[in-house]
Amino acid sequence: MTDTGYVRSELVAAKPAPNPTSGAVVWAKKNLFATPMDALLTAFGVLFLLWVVPPFFNFVLGHAVGPMGTVEECRAITAGACWAYVYNEMEFFIYGFYDIPQLWRPNIVFALGALLFVPLLIPKLPFKRINALLFLFVYPVVAYFLLAGGVFGLSEMPTEKWGGLLVTLIISVVGITLAFPLGIVLALGRQSTLPVIKTICVTFIELIRSVPLITILFMASIMLPLFMPQGMTVDKLLRALVGVTLFTSAYLAEVVRGGLQAIPRGQYEAAASLGLGYWQRMYFIILPQALKHVIPGIVNSFIALFKDTSLVYIVGMKDLLEAVKTKNDSALEWQSANTATTGYLFAAIVFWAFCFSMSRYSMFMERRLNTGHKR
Amino acid sequence: MSEPSQTTAASGQATRQDKATSTKPAIEIIGMHKWYGDFHVLRDINLTVGDGERIVIAGPSGSGKSTLIRCVNRLEEHQEGQIIVNGVELTADLKRIDEVRREVGMVFQHFNLFPHLTILQNLTLAPIWVRGTPKAAAEATAMHYLERVKIPEQANKFPGQLSGGQQQRVAIARSLCMQPRIMLFDEPTSALDPEMVKEVLDVMISLAEEGMTMICVTHEMGFARQVADRVIFMDQGQIIEQNEPEQFFSNPQHERTKLFLSQILH
Repeated sequence: MTDTGYVRSELVAAKPAPNPTSGAVVWAKKNLFATPMDALLTAFGVLFLLWVVPPFFNFVLGHAVGPMGTVEECRAITAGACWAYVYNEMEFFIYGFYDIPQLWRPNIVFALGALLFVPLLIPKLPFKRINALLFLFVYPVVAYFLLAGGVFGLSEMPTEKWGGLLVTLIISVVGITLAFPLGIVLALGRQSTLPVIKTICVTFIELIRSVPLITILFMASIMLPLFMPQGMTVDKLLRALVGVTLFTSAYLAEVVRGGLQAIPRGQYEAAASLGLGYWQRMYFIILPQALKHVIPGIVNSFIALFKDTSLVYIVGMKDLLEAVKTKNDSALEWQSANTATTGYLFAAIVFWAFCFSMSRYSMFMERRLNTGHKR
Repeated sequence: MSEPSQTTAASGQATRQDKATSTKPAIEIIGMHKWYGDFHVLRDINLTVGDGERIVIAGPSGSGKSTLIRCVNRLEEHQEGQIIVNGVELTADLKRIDEVRREVGMVFQHFNLFPHLTILQNLTLAPIWVRGTPKAAAEATAMHYLERVKIPEQANKFPGQLSGGQQQRVAIARSLCMQPRIMLFDEPTSALDPEMVKEVLDVMISLAEEGMTMICVTHEMGFARQVADRVIFMDQGQIIEQNEPEQFFSNPQHERTKLFLSQILH
């Protein structure tokens, strides 16, 4: 006689797992030495680091001449960076040919920008709306008049004199803040059911995307003046800005479109069934979710834009990299074995710092916006 | 071939005092046809729903029942015939469509809550931005309906943190916050775990008892028996049979109806 019936009389209480599941040894075993192959790779990795890191460290710090050093010291060494050169030329790297007595103007612009922008990045701080309005609408006007001058007794400072990091930042910040909304509008337009709007958006996106940025900048600098009436010119910086913005917006449009496609139809329908109009549906329901999905792609575009700003040397602007290059090629009084290398290294570090910050911030945003709805 | 005989101008028993008179039907569908490309999904639909009337639409899958109620708030477009909701005829005119949608709530099979908003924000968004209700008032209304569906304590959570049954109750509350005159239910319990069906049906029953005009596409025949004024049976895009629940279940007329009932009622 088989006894198949069974009733549990007592529920089993949870008890701790038998082996330790955390700790350095456990971690290393799991991540570094899980298999013989892993162990081998770990060994190779360590050797590679030993081969690369110490020489780099020596070049940058160990054997380097500090910012207070002299050109003689720089010429005396062969295996170290010449930071004194960078320190001495810092003004040119940051401001370009901007008149030195007037440097307080870009400095105020930098400070104001930081003061308005940093609080925008910190979710906990209040007054986001007024903060954003100030940053997006008031700040650009103030910054422009401060930098360009010609009003309120400020001496005129043509954009040809702007340069260095100042130009890099202006083009990236303006480019990003304009290209982002434009990209969203283009993405929505591409999904539109209205044929005219759709055609315009598709044509624009495909046209811009299939041309290198360098070509667009060439067109802006060489061809545009040919079409213009005699004597009329467009500011170089403006040309670069328009070129970079249009270029990035086309890419962003495609990124955003990817996000829009990831939103289930039910979300559109639920929003519509509540009586929300098209723009309300997009603004409150669809875009917040779609953009969240594609934060990595968006930041990718932003980083690309930031680095592409160095192409504006084509229209004759001296961005950070071009400013460094100019000094490297011409600063005879600083000639030494590693002067140029140090200059480029400085540019690389600055670019890296900005791009890496963007990347980290985007990861922070991704985590923050994750409301855990994924099944 | 088309015979408008299916039209039954039912007088809603439970009239509603707060909203317009019951003399005007809530929904009027006249000779409506719909195609998906070449496929004729809805054929000659004639249906009048009185104010306060509760209707259950049943039928095999692919019979067009969901498509039919989705036409009522223009989530689907019809190509022929007329659909008049609260006296407004649905055409391509976006303004009219939004006007109709404001007064017609819809509950979906997969809830379709907005995952990036809290429950409270899900409930207050449309009243604030569509109706122009002040935020505080909208939140008070939202809490009122959350209490009605018995989950006020979840107000500040995100949809992903709730069970399916809770999400569907939130979805119902979300529709109710717009104070609609008509509620459409599109298989509201089909995606739920069996244990959670009852909590959603209970909410729907209490809503029906209050005299809400409802059209429910559902396979819950117990619900149909209990609250429906009329059961409509659809197959192949057509209304095959309609009757009051008592008659419909005990004495089906059409062969297809009999077959269907024999297969779902064990």
